[in-house]
Amino acid sequence: MNPSRLPAIPDKAGGDLTAGRRGFLKWSSAALVGALAFGGKLPGLSLDQAFAQSPGGAAMAKAVDLGEGDVGILNYAYALEQLEAAFYSQVIKTPYANMASADRDILTGIRDHEIAHREFFKAALKKNAIPGLDVDFSKVDFNDRSSVLTTAMTFEDLGVAAYNGAGQMLEKGEYLLLAGKIVSVEARHAAAIGYLMRTGTGASNATTGSGSNNASVVNEKGLDQALMPSDVLSKAGPFVKTPITADDIG
Amino acid sequence: MTDNHSILAEVDPDVAERMLSRRGAFRDAATKLGVLATAPMVVAAASTAAFGQGAKLPRKIVDVLNFALTLEYLEDEFYRTALASSGLIPSETRQTFETIGKHEAAHVELLKGALGSHAAKKPTFDFTAKGAFGDVFSNYKTFLALSQAFEDTGVRAYKGQAGNLMGSDEILTIALQIHSVEARHAAEVRLIRGQPAWIVSNSRGDMPAATQPIYDGEADFTQGGADIKDLGGLPVDALSGAFDEPLSKGKVLAIAKMFIKA
Repeated sequence: MNPSRLPAIPDKAGGDLTAGRRGFLKWSSAALVGALAFGGKLPGLSLDQAFAQSPGGAAMAKAVDLGEGDVGILNYAYALEQLEAAFYSQVIKTPYANMASADRDILTGIRDHEIAHREFFKAALKKNAIPGLDVDFSKVDFNDRSSVLTTAMTFEDLGVAAYNGAGQMLEKGEYLLLAGKIVSVEARHAAAIGYLMRTGTGASNATTGSGSNNASVVNEKGLDQALMPSDVLSKAGPFVKTPITADDIG
Repeated sequence: MTDNHSILAEVDPDVAERMLSRRGAFRDAATKLGVLATAPMVVAAASTAAFGQGAKLPRKIVDVLNFALTLEYLEDEFYRTALASSGLIPSETRQTFETIGKHEAAHVELLKGALGSHAAKKPTFDFTAKGAFGDVFSNYKTFLALSQAFEDTGVRAYKGQAGNLMGSDEILTIALQIHSVEARHAAEVRLIRGQPAWIVSNSRGDMPAATQPIYDGEADFTQGGADIKDLGGLPVDALSGAFDEPLSKGKVLAIAKMFIKA
């Protein structure tokens, strides 16, 4: 990446920086997208780096700039799809013991959808696309069905909430429609994962589950979650390994 | 659901506060809730505020919301009737349909509240569609098929109207929040029926032929103006399934009218 493309940290970010390290830690290592919530041209990941390396600021080689406006939102979605695609690819590559065909079918189908989403955003963003992110699934036990499905549910619910929250930020109707086309598929995934969790160790019997959690994140008004990027990123952060992590300040 | 807590976990108030400066509605909501409000709480409160203004809504928004309300009326009465039909829904899935029914009832209330005096009246429904589904409330399989039909239609209907809500941020967000709930319902019912959770190509699967209009146009390989057929070397069914498609108001109403008495 050409360092000259990186925007200067605006005053607003400077204010954030002076808020202290505690605030930064909350942003987690996936802070790249958090800046979007403020409509600024904050260079995302480079925030951490800027904190660690300013005033010198020389070594910003791998900092990621999401871009502004709709491009920034699309990169935000691209980042989440990268995370999901990487996760399900690993799930299928190293399946947990005795993965039932019902599980495999659903998880493979979801993997393919997430890869499609990832590749779509990459192609659509062209030169504006952020680079491939490094992920961190060290807290996931891919040998354990429960660990895998719990993580999957986290990602799907988070994806739904992210798209729902970002919709109003998009300026172009075409992009809003695209987000709509994708978010309902993510919601279908969430329901499918919930279904697997309730139907035991891959039993094809749909009736063994007694839970009603077809949408337990849905509130009493019948509404799904809608979260702002900063909130989404604080949830996604533990799974994203950034080029320059917050370890030095944590 | 195991991750409810982490999803709803409180964010740093500093972060929430900075986030809120972006939109007036969010700022107002934050003021009411106080600085300790979590971001999800604030979003919810802002949404509620926007939904108490029926009289001030532009005509275009009223039309969209009444369109949605008609579909929610249909779903609400459908599940109400089904849950009250003894012997129809087995115990194993009863809780699932009770939850879905509660969501649809909540959607009706939400939309009616938003529209105020502009709210459309509830139509008189005929869920047998003039006898085509005569055993809808006595045959579980027929009930499930219509449930899938209504949920898959609902997803496409909301998706098709999102663009008409642009500029009304809070209402758009609410519509999106309903849209994804309908998708959760659709997937749940499809799985109960032994079908894939998502729509494969433009196939109605094992659904009755009368439901084909619900699936027409779902096999779209042009996304964002680009041909995606070769994307990622994926099978075409995966590419098609990765994108749900919208349905126009006219086409949705043509489907809904099968179940509305003249």
